Amino acid sequence: MSEFGVNLFTPAGWLPLVFALVMALSILAYVILDGYDLGVGILLQKADDLSQKNTMIASISPFWDANETWLVLGIGILLVAFPLAHGVILGALYLPVALMLIALTLRGVAFDFRVKAKTQHQLLWDQVFYAGSLLASWSQGFMLGQFITGFREELNSYLFSALIGFCLIAGYRLLGAGWLIMKTEGPLQYKAVKWAQRSLWLTAAGVLAISAATPWVSSRIFDKWFSFPNVLMLLPIPAMTLVLFGVMARSLARLPIRLAQDNQYGTAVPFACTVGVFLLSFYGLAYSIFPWLVIDRITIWQAASAPEALLVIFYGVVVVLPIIIGYTIFAYRVFWGKATKLSY
Amino acid sequence: MESLDPVVLARIQFAANITFHILFPTISIGLGWFLLFFKIRFVATQQSHWMDAYQFWIKIFALTFALGVVSGITMSFQFGTNWPGFMNTVGNVAGPLLAYEVLTAFFLEATMLGIMLFGRGRVSERVHTLATFLVAAGTTASAFWILALNSWMHTPAGYAMINGKAHVISWMAVIFNPSFPYRLTHMLMASGLTVAFLLAGISAYRWLKNDKARDVVATLRTAMFVAAILTPLQIIVGDLHGLNTLKYEPEKIAAMEGIWDTQAGAPAVLIAIPDAASQSNHYELAIPKLASFYLTHDWHGEIKGIKAFGEQHPPVAPVFFAFRIMVGVGLLMLAVSWFVAWQIHARKDITALSAKILVVMTFAGWIALVSGWYVTEVGRQPWLVYGVLTTAQAASAVSAKNIATTLLLYFLLYVALLISYISVMFHLAKKAIYKNDLAEQLPQGVQHV
Repeated sequence: MSEFGVNLFTPAGWLPLVFALVMALSILAYVILDGYDLGVGILLQKADDLSQKNTMIASISPFWDANETWLVLGIGILLVAFPLAHGVILGALYLPVALMLIALTLRGVAFDFRVKAKTQHQLLWDQVFYAGSLLASWSQGFMLGQFITGFREELNSYLFSALIGFCLIAGYRLLGAGWLIMKTEGPLQYKAVKWAQRSLWLTAAGVLAISAATPWVSSRIFDKWFSFPNVLMLLPIPAMTLVLFGVMARSLARLPIRLAQDNQYGTAVPFACTVGVFLLSFYGLAYSIFPWLVIDRITIWQAASAPEALLVIFYGVVVVLPIIIGYTIFAYRVFWGKATKLSY
Repeated sequence: MESLDPVVLARIQFAANITFHILFPTISIGLGWFLLFFKIRFVATQQSHWMDAYQFWIKIFALTFALGVVSGITMSFQFGTNWPGFMNTVGNVAGPLLAYEVLTAFFLEATMLGIMLFGRGRVSERVHTLATFLVAAGTTASAFWILALNSWMHTPAGYAMINGKAHVISWMAVIFNPSFPYRLTHMLMASGLTVAFLLAGISAYRWLKNDKARDVVATLRTAMFVAAILTPLQIIVGDLHGLNTLKYEPEKIAAMEGIWDTQAGAPAVLIAIPDAASQSNHYELAIPKLASFYLTHDWHGEIKGIKAFGEQHPPVAPVFFAFRIMVGVGLLMLAVSWFVAWQIHARKDITALSAKILVVMTFAGWIALVSGWYVTEVGRQPWLVYGVLTTAQAASAVSAKNIATTLLLYFLLYVALLISYISVMFHLAKKAIYKNDLAEQLPQGVQHV
């Protein structure tokens, strides 16, 4: 990283790198984990009846609290490890962030209110849950668009961000539908296949839009992708994404027939493929942007806190993060298999 | 928009958010331990009413926890957006403390909550009890870290300022800073008391509606005995906390006591209207020399007045009134908890009057809690980190218009959620009453579903 005047063998060099990695992984974990439960929220109003809605909610209830905690960790690391960038990024995103927070708040409490409130209010809380999920997803997509276009205060940038907002809704919808295909049975599972089919192409459009737009934001990113031999080395990313979309389309076409024969084979394929698409897109994006936190303005080293403070957090991360991952896996295993009616 | 000062707006917004937020963790910390107690009693005695109590209160716990999580997410964003100067100056201290809170507490409580709520029947009874314990431990660990940071902001220690930034010399000194033990104990006890009165209030409500099921009575008893023990201890801890404040933040004590002039044998001002313009109290009712006695343990001890601190002192009236509200509610809690505990002990039952008082006091803990936090936080002004960084220095460049718009939205949201929260709580109580009514009406031997 000599071009940035950084020696990776000093704490001031490698610590920001490690924290950028942990932050990226937290945000990735958040996008995938809260993505599927936001997606289920977006799909809620399409359910046939209350029983289907309850099953949908039951499939995500044990997890959503912990899923959202990854957002707190991601933003927390941005705040404590890269305070300079935190101010710039969240200052630029002040209004969409506020929108997202209000949406997440409404949605989070609706989980509980929808079963505990008076019967005549329960439908209202379902609508709040749906609207909150939709709005939170859109604002996250909008923020992603703003981030990619380097927070330019231009109409084009806003329009692009708004578009990415809708694409992320589709992406989360696809994740949510994939989750439901995996976790439910019967008519709801069949419906979820239809929902996934309808979300597939808009998600693909979103991936394409982001991939096409990023190189044009900065000539540096353009060179990174299209110089020789990089372009050959990077080719597997779009190629694999394409393959995953193909596998998913095929699986979604076959699933209705299998489900009709009461055959649960391959019900995890759409979800797994969607996760794969998110991973690859995220990797591609990270490759484009690295090592900038604000494109062409602030690098991870410029934004980083003092190495001594980072080192203290680093010890905590090394010890505690594996434990967190361990009990998270335990929790998913406890609720493994088809979602059943949950109450307490 | 010229009249709207962004610093003032940022403070109002942050105060609104943090006031709303603190209501819920306060309940989840205490309630987590009560739930563990109910669960352990059930496992030990196999009496089903302990499980009934557990299952009623876990619903309220889940609701409270959700509100705490979502309002906490808002906080994690606002630390940076509203107070960028805070992280820039003391980020080396605050950053690791906040990071450890997320790592050791947030994930633990959120993940174990899923198992605690939905895992019964999927995991063994022992693992389920363990999950209940870990949720309670997680909420308490969270309080530990955030109060370490908050206390450090009042009594910073273990650091050195280099080029305008705080650098840590000793983490032990940072975490166990002078006010931390007092503040942590005071807060955890406040949490216990808030929950005790919440449990008693809702149980008394059910009792008044003629739902005298065993779990209702057991909850009420447990809550009142805990309150009767905790309240006097809390008063002692509060007094010790006050002495600690006198040593490290004397201007806060001067504001709390409403003492303007430095004097030996200072009076304890019971009621008054402090006036900043004339730097004096109107309509003062005071007991001579008493403040000197309980602050210095000497009838003629000298207490510094607000005038001694020049311009660098907190606004007197809000601190003065908030302190009296907190102490007033605390004394009321003492009287009520002792009286009801005596009733339960001597008469084996409560009276309708005391049940009604308990219903009125359902959220008394919240009032004392919020007043207490206003005393300590407003009392630290104009500092954000005492002696290191002022609130104005830490404020952000976000435009007044943006803050004002979002403030209004947050405010409406919080009011709506608070109303929903309280009404759903009573609705759940009514549902439980209805269920028990139904069970009573069924002839013996018939199982109800």
